Amino acid sequence: MTAVTHPTIAPTGTAASALRDNRRRRRARSVLVTCALVVAVAALFVFTMMVGSFRIGAGEVVASVLHLRDNPSVDFVVRGLRLPTAASALTVGLALGASGTIFQQLLRNPLASPDFVGITSGAGLAAVTGIVLLEAGGLVISGFALGGAILAGLAMYLLAWRDGVTGYRFILIGIGVAIFFDGLIGYVLSRARLFEARQAMHWLTGSVGQASPEELRLLVGALLVLLPVAVLLQRPLRALELGDDAARTLGTRPDLSRAGLLATGIVLVALAVAVAGPIVFVALVAGPIANRLLGPATGGILPAALVGAALLLVADLVAVHLLPTPLPTGVVTGAVGAPYLLWLLATTNRQGAGG
Amino acid sequence: MSATSRYATRTSGRGGRRATALGPGLAALCVVLAVVAFLSVTMGSRSIGLSEVLRALGNLDSDGSITSTVTLELRVPRTLLGILVGAALGVAGAILQGVTRNPLADAGMMGINSGAAVLVVFAVTVLGVQGVGVYIWFAFAGAIGALVLVYAIASLGREGATPVKLALAGAAVTAGLVSVTTGIVMTNVDALNELRFWQVGSLAGRYTPILTGVAPFLLIGLAASLGFGRVLNGLALGEDTARGLGQNVTRTRTAAFAVVAVLAGAATAACGPIVFIGLVVPHVARLLCGPDYRWILPYSMVLAPIVLLLADVLGRVVAAPDELQVGVVLGVMGAPAFVAIVRYGRLSEV
Repeated sequence: MTAVTHPTIAPTGTAASALRDNRRRRRARSVLVTCALVVAVAALFVFTMMVGSFRIGAGEVVASVLHLRDNPSVDFVVRGLRLPTAASALTVGLALGASGTIFQQLLRNPLASPDFVGITSGAGLAAVTGIVLLEAGGLVISGFALGGAILAGLAMYLLAWRDGVTGYRFILIGIGVAIFFDGLIGYVLSRARLFEARQAMHWLTGSVGQASPEELRLLVGALLVLLPVAVLLQRPLRALELGDDAARTLGTRPDLSRAGLLATGIVLVALAVAVAGPIVFVALVAGPIANRLLGPATGGILPAALVGAALLLVADLVAVHLLPTPLPTGVVTGAVGAPYLLWLLATTNRQGAGG
Repeated sequence: MSATSRYATRTSGRGGRRATALGPGLAALCVVLAVVAFLSVTMGSRSIGLSEVLRALGNLDSDGSITSTVTLELRVPRTLLGILVGAALGVAGAILQGVTRNPLADAGMMGINSGAAVLVVFAVTVLGVQGVGVYIWFAFAGAIGALVLVYAIASLGREGATPVKLALAGAAVTAGLVSVTTGIVMTNVDALNELRFWQVGSLAGRYTPILTGVAPFLLIGLAASLGFGRVLNGLALGEDTARGLGQNVTRTRTAAFAVVAVLAGAATAACGPIVFIGLVVPHVARLLCGPDYRWILPYSMVLAPIVLLLADVLGRVVAAPDELQVGVVLGVMGAPAFVAIVRYGRLSEV
């Protein structure tokens, strides 16, 4: 975790003006980085709709998406085929990035992403059960995944609750729950017929290309509500980083804020998994990358969400266009994420911040 | 650490008296194990009576009847494998918890399953290997590799391998290896088919060739593990004290880790991932016999196969004529125990 730079005693004179200067510089950098990320994400969003076996110019893509011009053949490719995937990559990335950074900051551990602490496993177990036992498909699977993730999150919160929830206990319980669910997933897969096992495995890898319009609408609607909520919760999150007592003196109710933040993070990741399956590592790396870009102004939820979206758009471009055979997005994020993760583990541990 | 010093006084103060009660306790557990082993041979979708078992065991060449074939070729090897694998997992967990001074250390949580799975898939896809008896060796290598990797990553940094660091390093390496595994499995149906049966953790279908294959490793590992009691007791007092007592801490750690890798690696290779047993059993042993590792190790070694065989029998009885794999039964039973350890266990007291 980064050093906390908030003043604990009222500064006076030159110290105060230096502090104000410092704060202004940080805010300026934060705004600049966020704007640059918005531009980059928008450019990637348009670019993913330009490439493919049928190439389309940027102007035509924008015109078609915004319904400015009618050109049936372009409209079919853009609105019918490419927009759903691009929109799914964008929104799932935003949700994963935001929820990952909320978890990491709240649990004060750079490795505590929702991938590892049981929520994704809960979604996976529910979805795989749906695929194998009920032979469900489409929206039903998403519903199962959403329910599984939320139930897993709720169960972990209750199990970790003992005069409040500490990051330490939540992480350990989460990992235990994840192992438990993963074991059951293995069992369900062994019971399945081979065809269904493949289908379930495919779902478990995660892919942005499998979203249906209904799922997308649901995710977009939820993001419109949840992202502003997450940004509003940024203040109590900062306060909690100082410790519960300090947070209380700053007028934050620690348990309530923590519950609110966890709920927001869990619902965000649950929706993302419901739409695209468990795409690993995006939630884990979005926050740290955003922090590197932000420099001293670390911890922004919005920049982390934008980085998540950019990562997922790029990963899908690679998965669909650069590999010899198109693979699910999750294979790419996994293959790229694993080495990065080992590096992150090694460096954070050397600084003694790994837990 | 006040907890350890309290343990230390308790050991030195009552050690002698406790030992007199602990010996018979261990003997009693061995009797329980024998009873459970007998249950494991007789119970199942085909019930076999005591006299029939004895007759089959009496003339070891199968006389061709179904009963004697089932007994000699299925039940007895399965039971023996259960005993060996259970003992290995239990004692490996106890050593790991002692040597890392970490109550949550467990080979299963430290990437051993995903490491084994990755090499199983590699063997099936790239080398075209089929059958548990062959890819078991790849599983063995993968398990040991992942365990060493996770421990190495978690021990970086000044405070060494803390519970959270170990757990996260294990989870993270697992996530990485799983996505590699999935990537391969997505494009290869054979690999998926082999993997999905290996990865549930089961004693079934792993008969004589596998038993004879892993038994030497398990037996050597088990024998070696019993020698660690004294040094683990020293380590429990803290690294500095252990050094003061003349121990070479680094050498102890390395040796203990090698034994754990062989035990847990061979067990996982043979039976697939059997979770939570190596984590929970040492805690039960510690409840029964106190903090002296010279007792915790043999107690874990006897308790774990009791639990494993009971779970295996339960899985056969509950779902008869089908069966529930032992890995699933133990997962369902072990998860609440794990949560209880995290919630109520005094985590610094190992």
